[in-house]
Amino acid sequence: MPKVKIKRKSTVTDMTAMCDVAFLLLTFFILTATARQPEALEVETPSSTVTFKLPDTDISTLTVGQDKVFFGVVGYDVRVNTLERMGKQYNINFTDEEKKRFSLIENFGVPVASLKQFIALENSERMKIKQPGIPSDSGANNELKQWILQSRYATKELHNVDLRFSIKGDSNEEYPTIRKVIDILQDQEINKFSLITSLEGVN
Amino acid sequence: MAELDTSGGSKKGGKVRSKKQSTRVDLTAMVDLAFLLITFFMLTTTLAKPQAMDMFMPDKNDKNEELDVKASRTMTVLLGSDNKIVWYMGVIGDNPPTVDNFGKNGIRKSLIENNRQVIASTGNPEKGLMVIIKPTDKSVYKNFVDILDEIKIANVPSYGINNKVEKAEIGLMKDQGAFKDKQP
Repeated sequence: MPKVKIKRKSTVTDMTAMCDVAFLLLTFFILTATARQPEALEVETPSSTVTFKLPDTDISTLTVGQDKVFFGVVGYDVRVNTLERMGKQYNINFTDEEKKRFSLIENFGVPVASLKQFIALENSERMKIKQPGIPSDSGANNELKQWILQSRYATKELHNVDLRFSIKGDSNEEYPTIRKVIDILQDQEINKFSLITSLEGVN
Repeated sequence: MAELDTSGGSKKGGKVRSKKQSTRVDLTAMVDLAFLLITFFMLTTTLAKPQAMDMFMPDKNDKNEELDVKASRTMTVLLGSDNKIVWYMGVIGDNPPTVDNFGKNGIRKSLIENNRQVIASTGNPEKGLMVIIKPTDKSVYKNFVDILDEIKIANVPSYGINNKVEKAEIGLMKDQGAFKDKQP
């Protein structure tokens, strides 16, 4: 019997198509990824086992740390609308340029009175200065309450959905500060909100 | 006469023919790199999203909503200083308080055990333990998130958050050394 000779095939494959696809996907992911903005107030979030992911739109984040509260809301249009409403509330006129600049600020912690100067600062300078936080003591001067209220109006008007609130607190923040923020939310009948945590396993 | 050949190696003085090279390039390394980067970007875009814990608070204005829960089913958890927890079953004074810490063998065990006992006594799996969380002024935010997390892990059916800590409870915590000022 004659030996059956297996024809040896070449191991070299054409990778052109694969390479094309890979780079196409790579381009897609790079373009969709949003660069992370530096945070005005660094907080270390506590860890938990929940794996629920926050939505990307119509959400406001209240950052709490070092006895200060910072406010931030997602969406350029919502930010501009909120600023307009706050301007009306406190009788401050913001120019279009200021509104445009404000729409790029992710979160901030300055009183309304010094907001104009804060907007005028360059981005790099803004990170350097120490922001005092938004006044949130109960009474007439509760600016945080106004920010929350006006951003809710803005979201409702623009997107016709309810704004969600999330609290991003520092692990070692004392509870009374958190309670103050929760109380402000509850005064406006927001009884459902999210606490931002980092992930940990069950052990 | 002797002649010097200065024309180098070229023979015949004809056309110089360049060797035809293959146009194929080995793409293996490039594909490897591309996929590595894809993996990196995929993971960073999806995993970088913050995790969030949903929380519901009772409505402040709703005064007439008195939950009809038997005292024997409730477990009051007081969050104190230095990551300490003081908890008691039922009404204050009925049962001796217990001091626990966070972790696998601390509050989680107590929660699971109490839940099991309550279900055994009511005979109805839906009528399990009702945990009342009372974070005191000396506790930190981390404790609050941790206890909510433990409740979720222990499968306790219902819980509530109460911000009104009574004097007797503070006294209780002081006795257990769980109500100290923060050490600088």
